[in-house]
Amino acid sequence: MKSLQKQEKFVGRSGLRREGPAKLCGLARYVDDLPLPGCLHGVTLRSSIPCGRIKGLRFDPAFAWDECVVVTAKDIPGKNVVALIEDDQPLLADGRVRHPQEPIALIAHLSRARAYEALKHVRVDYEPEEPVLTIEDSLAKKRLLHGADNVFKRFEIVKGDVDKALAESDVVVSGEYRVPHQEQAYIENNGMAAWVEKDGTLVVTGSLQCPYYVHKALMKAFGLPESKVRVVQATTGGGFGGKEEYPSMIAGHAALLALKSGKAVKIVYDRAEDMAATTKRHPAVVRHRTGLSKDGKLLAQDVEVVMDGGAYVTLSPVVLSRGTLHAAGPYECDHVRVRASVVATNTPPNGAFRGFGAPQTLFAVELHWEKISQSLGIDSLTLRRKNAFDLGSTTATGQKLSESVGARECLERAALRSGYAARRKRYDLWNKNPRNRTWRGAGLALVHHGAGFTGSGEVYLASKAGVELTRDGRVVVLAASTEIGQGTNTMFSQIAAETLGAPLDCVEVAGPDTGRVPNSGPTVASRTCMVVGALVRRACLQLKDELDRAGRGARDAAALRRAARLLCGREASRRFIVEYEPPPEVRWDDASYKGDAYGVYSYACCVADLEVDKATFEVRVLRLTTAQDIGKAINPLLAEGQIVGGTAQALGYALLENPVYKDGAMLNAQLTNYIIPTAPDTPPIDVELVERPYSRGPFGAKGVGELPMDVPAPAIAAAVFHATGLWVASLPITPECLCREFHDRF
Amino acid sequence: MRGDPGATTVLRPATPRQALDALRREPRALPLAGGTDLMVSWNAGLLGGRTVVDLSRLRSWAAIRSGRESVVVGALATHAALQESAVVRREFPLLVAACATIGAVQIQNRGTIGGNIANASPAGDTFPALAVYEPLIQAVSASGRRLIAFSEIFAGVKKTTLCPGELIESLELPFLRPKPSRQLFRKVGTRAAQAISKTVAAGLLWLDKKGTVAELRFALGSVAPTVRRLSAAERFLAGKRLDADSIAEACRLLEKDISPIDDIRSTRHYRLEVSKNLLRQFLEGR
Repeated sequence: MKSLQKQEKFVGRSGLRREGPAKLCGLARYVDDLPLPGCLHGVTLRSSIPCGRIKGLRFDPAFAWDECVVVTAKDIPGKNVVALIEDDQPLLADGRVRHPQEPIALIAHLSRARAYEALKHVRVDYEPEEPVLTIEDSLAKKRLLHGADNVFKRFEIVKGDVDKALAESDVVVSGEYRVPHQEQAYIENNGMAAWVEKDGTLVVTGSLQCPYYVHKALMKAFGLPESKVRVVQATTGGGFGGKEEYPSMIAGHAALLALKSGKAVKIVYDRAEDMAATTKRHPAVVRHRTGLSKDGKLLAQDVEVVMDGGAYVTLSPVVLSRGTLHAAGPYECDHVRVRASVVATNTPPNGAFRGFGAPQTLFAVELHWEKISQSLGIDSLTLRRKNAFDLGSTTATGQKLSESVGARECLERAALRSGYAARRKRYDLWNKNPRNRTWRGAGLALVHHGAGFTGSGEVYLASKAGVELTRDGRVVVLAASTEIGQGTNTMFSQIAAETLGAPLDCVEVAGPDTGRVPNSGPTVASRTCMVVGALVRRACLQLKDELDRAGRGARDAAALRRAARLLCGREASRRFIVEYEPPPEVRWDDASYKGDAYGVYSYACCVADLEVDKATFEVRVLRLTTAQDIGKAINPLLAEGQIVGGTAQALGYALLENPVYKDGAMLNAQLTNYIIPTAPDTPPIDVELVERPYSRGPFGAKGVGELPMDVPAPAIAAAVFHATGLWVASLPITPECLCREFHDRF
Repeated sequence: MRGDPGATTVLRPATPRQALDALRREPRALPLAGGTDLMVSWNAGLLGGRTVVDLSRLRSWAAIRSGRESVVVGALATHAALQESAVVRREFPLLVAACATIGAVQIQNRGTIGGNIANASPAGDTFPALAVYEPLIQAVSASGRRLIAFSEIFAGVKKTTLCPGELIESLELPFLRPKPSRQLFRKVGTRAAQAISKTVAAGLLWLDKKGTVAELRFALGSVAPTVRRLSAAERFLAGKRLDADSIAEACRLLEKDISPIDDIRSTRHYRLEVSKNLLRQFLEGR
């Protein structure tokens, strides 16, 4: 591509974050900081049982209820649902609860402490029913929670003839892999504020990823037209998917209280409530049967995936879809079958979390290589070299990979940079010496991650984004894509300035506000840079054409001001809005699950070096080396930051984060006992960026947001296996499991 | 934040006498030292409208005074101050090591040794070190003062033998003469910092010239309702040589003194196995 050879001025450079100074100085305002004089504080009465009928609410007559505003399902003016894929989740439970922590009623008071106190003075009378709490009980139809079989959604991918190919294989290796819930643990808890304007417009603002999801949900729950609902993102302290769907619930709650009280209402969760009530990563069981030739050529993959969706459908079908599409890994195989389902249980609904189904199934397929390696006597690096995707490979859905395939390059670069093969040998020697107090090991994994929405998702989204030139010569990027700590604002500015040839400080990014910006779709699925960034670039090209036609460049602020007067005329600004156009070469069939599942894939390889204490079974990761093909790093420092952060989050998933559930509720809903890694738990992380440009991405960029979360867990599990010889195929690999395995073995 | 500032009374006595009088008048009031535990409960809205007696103005209770045969550590000495004290570093390295593993730097800067003891968590990180150093605790109330042996201070989970209205003023740690031949502190937590112990161990061993055990002191935390010395193993090894058989027997006897449980942080099995491994490693001198 010619444009890529040109020297770029802003793209590919590590400029400072746009909102960095305000955040560092404490000037950025999160929802809890917003001054709303006279506002009420809302709290939520939640179910204390997993499942049953609500017989009634009893309000303590001794409590001063006249100081409070109380809302129940009766107060909902529109439909009692949190609108998403299927409208099955109520905004407030009406007559029955289906999971612990389900919202039943809302209370608001001028004082937050008094509102919490009020909660202690309401009793809910239940008629409890026998709950279904595990995947196994749900599949066995211990009780029917959904449809005829408790299955929310099923997918099947079939390529070739798996049964025949398995029968003809030299070896068949089977394995079962399990992954638990995982908490997003964003730094800012969920929170929303709502009020009703004099003209009847319902306004909500708060911590969120997807303003138009909240917009849609509020329209339905309140029976309001598009123009009477306005959603504004406040500064948001992280999301990781955890603020994709649940903000619609909290926004609805704050709005109900605001409507009934006639005042502004804030609902800000504390950590305990946030962890207990909001969404987690889906737990999953994945089973593999893999057929290979004696020399390690992959002949057949038979994969079964079951995820736990929790009590309502929410986003489970799409999470499952991504899990299904990544279940076979980045390997070429002629005969593949993936059968996947997501089932209902009486637990809080699981939802979006960085990776969105892929980390679950990629953990299984990647760790399975260690099992295959054992039965073939060939190391897993060699096995991957024999089978990994290359240009021209065909995926499980029959997609032919025609550009930007960095799988092998990532594999070789990470292996080389970490000295993987030599280290494995050194560790084998180390482990032979009984005087050493630790065992050491190295493990490796390779993954792909499809950027953007699955299959035809981007077509249905039909995202719009754009740019406007204001009369005073400012260039403003218009998109609903949110800055949640990942660098959206900085990256959009770089793309716009580069495309226009304008100075970076003449470019601004409009704050996401449904009253002002077009719907560029949700800030999820590693799509903001690749998909929305490409729209921003297209819109900027249109603006640039106009500037060129007017004989004015965008060279500096003065030139832009002159051009603006010409282009805007009497208007305050000129807008250039473009809509997503599906690339003509992308073909996908939802019915058969065949075709181009994603426009393109990013790739990553990770090598983990670690040691295990022989006395305490504590695992200390010594270093993580990773090479990631993201097409093009628009801002290399931010891209590297995404990779380092995702890697640390995956280290927690692999070794530390152990959600404990009892009767469907999370027992360790606090950061004291739900263990995420601290800085001293995080080893040096060595990142190498691989840039195989994608013709449809802005300046060649692909997705980077989720990819780093997919790859470290199986690499760490493989390294633990190498170090100890103890086979642990379920996460997290805690010292307790290793101690138990060791004890059972010796 | 679920605690209600409007419903909380905070008293700020300027002298020990004022503090003790306040507590005599209101024995159910909560003494506030560093606040690292109290604020967690307050934040969760668990303290109702209880009165708080803030001890932070009692500066004299934060002093660390070295004598000829012992050091007297004021109850309000912080975990950070203990790590900085030259005499504590020289004479009581296990206590220094323990203080360095508590929470993180911010907690160490606020948390106090007296508050740590009075809070009586089964997982208190300094307790195994204190258990092997055998300090005497000076307790005071409006009506008088008394000495309590460290081994007598805990009554159960989150319970001490202090009476209502009684405060810990200081603890006196006797210097060890002769110095031990071998020592150990090891915290096995949930992660590298900001961690609560799954098991925490401190050990002192004196060997005589023939290589037999003159004295062993070994204590474990988080494996029983209160910190435990391994009395059975300590008695058994006294006067014995440390060989494979005697070490194995000591590890077996460990179970007589601890009673670990399955909880949210770990398992009985793990705590027991790891406690044995730590004792074995210590006795083997590895």
